Amino acid sequence: MIKIKTTDRYNITTLRSFMTNILSLFAALVVIGIIFLIAGVNPFYAISEIFSGSFGSFYGIKETITKAIPLILIGAGLTLAFRAKFWNIGAEGQMLMGAIFATWTGLTFGEALPSYIIVPLIFLAGFIGGGLWGIIPAILKIKYAINEVISTLMLNYICAEILTLLIVGPWKGKTRFGFPGTDNLPDSAILGLIPGSRIHYATLILAVICAIVLGVIIYKTRFGYEARVVGENPDAGRYAGINFLKTSLILMAISGGLAGVAGVGEVAGIHHHLGYPASISSGYGFTAIIVAWLAKLNPLYTIISGIFFAGILVGGDAIQISLGLPAATVEIVNGTLLIFLIMGDYFLNHKITLQFSFKH
Amino acid sequence: MEDIIISTLQRAMVAGTPLLLATTGEVICERSGILNLGVEGVMAMGAVVAFMVTMTTGNPWLGVLAALAAGMMFSIIHAFASVTLQANQVVSGLAMTMLGLGFSGMLGKSYVGKPLSIKMEDWVIPYLSDIPWLGKILFSQGPFFYIAIFLALAAWFFLEKTRLGIRIRSTGENPKATETQGVNVFKLKYLSVITGGGFSALAGAHLSISYSKSWIEGMTAGRGWIAIALTIFALWNPARAIWAAFLFGGIFVVQYLLQPLGISPNFLAMLPYLATLLILLLISLKDPKKLNAPAMLGEPYKRGER
Amino acid sequence: MKKIQRLEMRSISKSFHGIPANQDINLFIESGEILGLLGENGAGKTTLMNILYGLYQPDSGQIKINDKTIRINNPVESITHGIGMVHQHFMLVQNHSVIENIALAYKDTPFFFPNAKIKNKVEQFSKNFDFHIDLTKKVWQLSAGEQQRVEIIKALLNGADLLILDEPTSVLTPREIKELIFILREMKAKGHMIIFISHKLDEIMDICDRVMVLQKGKIVGSADTKNTDKNSLARMMVGRDVVFNTTREKLTKGKKTLAVENIKVIGDKGRRVVKNISFELFENEIFGIAGVSGNGQRELAEAITGIRPIFSGKVKMNGKDITNKSPRHIYDSGVSHVPEERIRFGIAPGLYLFDNAILKQHHLKKFSNWYFLNYSQIKNHTRTIVKKFKVSTHSINNQIRNLSGGNIQKLILGREISEQPQLLVASHPTYGLDVGATEFLREHLLELRKQGSAILLFSEDLEEIFELCDRIAVIFDGEFMAVLDSDDKQFSDIGLMMAGSKRIDPMEKQK
Repeated sequence: MIKIKTTDRYNITTLRSFMTNILSLFAALVVIGIIFLIAGVNPFYAISEIFSGSFGSFYGIKETITKAIPLILIGAGLTLAFRAKFWNIGAEGQMLMGAIFATWTGLTFGEALPSYIIVPLIFLAGFIGGGLWGIIPAILKIKYAINEVISTLMLNYICAEILTLLIVGPWKGKTRFGFPGTDNLPDSAILGLIPGSRIHYATLILAVICAIVLGVIIYKTRFGYEARVVGENPDAGRYAGINFLKTSLILMAISGGLAGVAGVGEVAGIHHHLGYPASISSGYGFTAIIVAWLAKLNPLYTIISGIFFAGILVGGDAIQISLGLPAATVEIVNGTLLIFLIMGDYFLNHKITLQFSFKH
Repeated sequence: MEDIIISTLQRAMVAGTPLLLATTGEVICERSGILNLGVEGVMAMGAVVAFMVTMTTGNPWLGVLAALAAGMMFSIIHAFASVTLQANQVVSGLAMTMLGLGFSGMLGKSYVGKPLSIKMEDWVIPYLSDIPWLGKILFSQGPFFYIAIFLALAAWFFLEKTRLGIRIRSTGENPKATETQGVNVFKLKYLSVITGGGFSALAGAHLSISYSKSWIEGMTAGRGWIAIALTIFALWNPARAIWAAFLFGGIFVVQYLLQPLGISPNFLAMLPYLATLLILLLISLKDPKKLNAPAMLGEPYKRGER
Repeated sequence: MKKIQRLEMRSISKSFHGIPANQDINLFIESGEILGLLGENGAGKTTLMNILYGLYQPDSGQIKINDKTIRINNPVESITHGIGMVHQHFMLVQNHSVIENIALAYKDTPFFFPNAKIKNKVEQFSKNFDFHIDLTKKVWQLSAGEQQRVEIIKALLNGADLLILDEPTSVLTPREIKELIFILREMKAKGHMIIFISHKLDEIMDICDRVMVLQKGKIVGSADTKNTDKNSLARMMVGRDVVFNTTREKLTKGKKTLAVENIKVIGDKGRRVVKNISFELFENEIFGIAGVSGNGQRELAEAITGIRPIFSGKVKMNGKDITNKSPRHIYDSGVSHVPEERIRFGIAPGLYLFDNAILKQHHLKKFSNWYFLNYSQIKNHTRTIVKKFKVSTHSINNQIRNLSGGNIQKLILGREISEQPQLLVASHPTYGLDVGATEFLREHLLELRKQGSAILLFSEDLEEIFELCDRIAVIFDGEFMAVLDSDDKQFSDIGLMMAGSKRIDPMEKQK
């Protein structure tokens, strides 16, 4: 008789952690392959198309990096929030609010100011916008015990409607030929691109810097320590004299603010004007959750996991065109990856042994 | 004028129906201690399966059954992750949402834009439907309306007045104590999650084969998330969920009433979500103590060997 | 006709992760007997009983009922065989009513309308045993003694012939203990058998017919209680002579440190749990607050250390007002705290040892400069604590939740004590510690006292109180029943004071 015995694992090394992640991803790929098979598509071809679409060509790599920018920014911010067990599902809304603040700043002041002033200004505006939208759920949770999953989610929808309201109404551009959207940002406010690509390098640099800075904050500063303690055990935090309110507000301001910055990047770097919410945020806010999770909530690793998931998004676009698969396919890939990541965590934290017994 | 009011209330009942089904399901699930954020995904699965099966077989009831089965099987994933693997329930639920929305999009691709010609006849209840006002609003609705109310009341009954209910609720409050007394806590959690998923799928089935008679990606439109909020609003009581769901159905419908008045449609579209927050705020202000959640909601339960 | 005439455990062994918890244990009990299981924390008593109750499976050995070997795979089977257990931490759903909890436990609860249908039966039962409990009350509204009675009803309702009680008196007032003893003797007369787990010698001698002593997983002795005495049992329990009275050198009190003036504190349920308390503490002194858990001690400690708001009154440290200031401010004023609920308040489970070792001190200059943490200092500090307080762990890079409960407590204690605080508020500091650690800690407290600290000690352990304290206050229902020097003769009535039956007016006694 074979009995499955599980015991807790005490010595979890970084190597083991890393290997488990790789194995989880591989297992997920296998399942995704099976799904493709059922959908009538050659799995090997599909999966190779995804990777060649994103990393197999110069164009692919450029696109991947472009999409990685917001994922890294938002993902890094989420690692901070999640470590404090603050489930921020509202990055979409925070992105949009950042975009709104930045666009207003750009349109209002951009004409008169040179690039080197207006660009930092719009980034700052975006950070503030996203930060404010992130602080609201923090206040709701602490003062009114409202579950942050719900509040951040509702705020997503609310912000999307606010944006739509603005672009069909008071902010509708004169140059839009009747279509919803703001006017284009003045040239000085538009972000420079790496020639031959859509990579708005200012935001890219910001993203990498933020990921690193956040890593330092989480592991090396007092604030990061307090955020981690509060996430592990809020009672212990209180006992240790950590100001729960202050800590939560700051970390949600950062998380929301970074999402806001990502929003600025999309508007000032890619679209150059505000359009419908979906076109600006494109689901980055949700994908970034997996980015953060895959990075095991370490902001430095979000650089890698951000690029990885950007690759999946770009590759997903590629096979949509070449294989005619619906847009939802990427959701399936993301969801499967996430599920296998969580399952992998189980094998990381528990040792599974098989017991062979010959009694009865 | 009277007609407008009656028709609005009628439509409020219809709009609230999927909310009630999904909320009832989530209440059952959360009472056992498991948080399921995947309602939106399960609903989408239910919607697409119901649509596909109804189109192919011509029988909407087969569609309903298929949706129920699909929702239940799909929820096994979340149950497995949350109960057996004790994974983070928030993340697992989000994964379910992605999977559900993704799968349903893939499965339903060839059905997009195809209208459903088969209609589910309203159940017009004799005598009662002749009552002025209430007759049209409450007693001449589609079958899902009555099913939703029945299931909500049944859920309430089972949770409050049966041994199974005591066990489920005890599992959500204190799984250790419950298990020590010989109850299979894991099995109950699985049961609750799967049942809850089934109900959410039924909500989706309503949307695709009764409400809009069509399938398109994204048709669940955030109703799953609202159901999660309604679970709190109903204080985890399926009977309360009845009026909570229809109140929200009303808010959804009121959008269209107010539009001709010149109020921005975007502001109106915001209303349900804004209302959710405001109502939660009000509840919290009234009773600052814990909102009566099952004590161990969201906490993974480990069968302790030490 | 009882199901169990005689129950026997033969050669029972059980290990966890390679560490033996029970080794080759032999035990038997017969109808009408009360058997005591004596041992320190961690000796293996609870593990053994959990095996009997079906929660664990033994690695080897057998269980026999009436000479027939049986297997008990889970609690349901145990109940079927006639075994019932009242755990140390009650297995009750706090938010549910009494009748619902009983319905959950009762094996013949009907499926439909269970509460209504079993109500009569339960009421009958309670009358038989002289229990009086309001079935509709929620469990959290009941006192510890009442909750325990619900647990006993549950066991008896399911037909338990053998009742196992795990440290039943740890949460009871002296009067409730007397009531419990009365109930147990009644059950004994009816032919039930009882296994009574305890680490309190007085109770074992008083209540049990026989006693078996466990030490480190093995039976090291057994006796009939009428043929033995406390000292012999204690020696068996610990393996050496335990000295009951250490000599505590007399010290002259230093200057006043803590002054508590007429404070009132509101508890979790909205009632006033500290009604009007005033006292003062001085350097070179240990001030003990004796009393049964639940009379306001926890809330009083929390109020002084800033975790709980003070409704009215003042607390001053060295003359400065610290009433309702933040925990950090109070800490900086020189007050350290070992909390009663150590795991709940004291650690961040997923973080590492060294993270936890500075939990309250992380803002101090030596551990952080400006905003950055000084990890080399932190790790050194951790190593010192681990060494000094004998915390057993592979390394300081271990997650703290991987340590055993006892070692976690040692770390917390070490953390709070190592800073040489002016005032140390210690709530039940030795609760859950084994004898070696307990002795070590007590010595350390005396050492602190000598070095000039003031210590406010909350404890239920009277032995500990008298051993360590210079002055003692007895708390009951949120008020002090007496505040006297520890060698005051009036403390022969301390039991009455703890039960609220005797009060000594401070005006009577001249300092």
